[in-house]
Amino acid sequence: MSKKTWKEIDIASIINKPGSAKDFKTGDWRSQKPVWNEDKCKQCLICWVYCPDSAITVKDEKMTGINFDYCKGCGICAVECPFKAITMVEEKK
Amino acid sequence: MSIKIVAKTGNEAMAEAMRQINPDVVAAYPITPATEIVQLFSNYVSDGKVDTEFIAVESEHSAMSACVGAATTGARVMTSTSSQGIALMHEILYIASGLRLPIMICGVNRALSAPISIHCDHSDTMGSRDAGWIQILSEDAQEAYDLTIFAMKAAEKVLLPAMVTSDGFIISHAMSRLDMYEDKKVQDYLGEKKPAYTSLDVDNPITIGPLVVQDYFMEIKRGQIQAIIDAKKQLPILLEEFNKTMNKNYKVIEEYNMEDAEYAIVALGSTAGTAKYITDKLRQEGKKVGVVKPLVFRPFYGEDLVKMLENLKGIAILDRSDPQSAMGGPLFTEITSAFYGHEKQPAARNYIYGLGGRDISYDDIKDIFKDIAEYFEKGKKEEAVKYITIRE
Repeated sequence: MSKKTWKEIDIASIINKPGSAKDFKTGDWRSQKPVWNEDKCKQCLICWVYCPDSAITVKDEKMTGINFDYCKGCGICAVECPFKAITMVEEKK
Repeated sequence: MSIKIVAKTGNEAMAEAMRQINPDVVAAYPITPATEIVQLFSNYVSDGKVDTEFIAVESEHSAMSACVGAATTGARVMTSTSSQGIALMHEILYIASGLRLPIMICGVNRALSAPISIHCDHSDTMGSRDAGWIQILSEDAQEAYDLTIFAMKAAEKVLLPAMVTSDGFIISHAMSRLDMYEDKKVQDYLGEKKPAYTSLDVDNPITIGPLVVQDYFMEIKRGQIQAIIDAKKQLPILLEEFNKTMNKNYKVIEEYNMEDAEYAIVALGSTAGTAKYITDKLRQEGKKVGVVKPLVFRPFYGEDLVKMLENLKGIAILDRSDPQSAMGGPLFTEITSAFYGHEKQPAARNYIYGLGGRDISYDDIKDIFKDIAEYFEKGKKEEAVKYITIRE
């Protein structure tokens, strides 16, 4: 998403497009990155419940991965996972 | 145009202006010396003379917060306060201007604590001078009335909040002649408000006041700064429109006895009136003295002031507040700053006076003219900032 100049911005930073937060990729805030070990995962989806950025991707009630466009690397999933199936590593940029 | 001539105090004059504006929402908390404005207005509400939703809140912080909430719907919103009240509003003042909400404060200038005082100086609204509000100071009840009506329209045109103030007790509680317009004339002048946005359009939902981080904050702030730059160009035009409609002669900076003046007093509010009277007297003695009164303090008309003052021998700049910068009052530092790099450099001296309602007399004004002439003649050797109306 190309960034607007000050002359292109709507008055008073009003956001007039509902649901536009998804256009704002917060993944580049990350300094730690979660790594998912599918073999250890029991599909309890506790990570999905806890993730504050809805970055755990799920299909047919099964975890499929992590959406790194939005994962901020907070590490809550790694702490909450009862099976240590998610570990945090340093983000290499 | 039919004018009704009445006798009103400054507070009554502002309350009448509010009644004629008939705002959609007023949220306010009473404070001396502005209490009467809201008290009289609440009578208008209970007597059915206005259609206003009146919100009695528990503090000025809540008053301005309620005003902001109401204004985001697109409503015409007003409040009134003074001194500690505007200090308590401080946080929300920036939100009102940042969200570009044309809220209006009918203010009464009063000293800030400590020590506690209920009397006039300008330290309260000067403390808000960086808050992004249009600031207008009135010289008498007539101006307080006229400029309240003007500022409501101007604020809505430039989409910035505005405060019009009168000097506590000196104007707010002193009765004088007031020429009032017909209610319809005021309503016709104001016209229908066209808000920049509204929170009540459910078919077009918007987010107001989102978190903005490093990638956009500066762009958004720059947009707000442009609004006050544009307002600086717009206000004289809007004031001219007011003058034409109401048969008045207001200027953003008023000049009085300035045609061939050698010395001038620059003063805000009621003191400018006292100074005008004294220049009339001194002119009879052949002294070339005048008065320059910035009616609008924010935005600051520095370039215009330089043009009006550049050919003088000496400028006596009066401040009824001291920002405790150890550099003098706000009017002084801003005018001298506007003169930086200018080829002509008249002698400029700052006179801090009248804090906490200390009277400034005719003789004090005469002494200022004497002092600024001596300051010029002796080659500006003494300190530039002088404290007067004080026991030394």
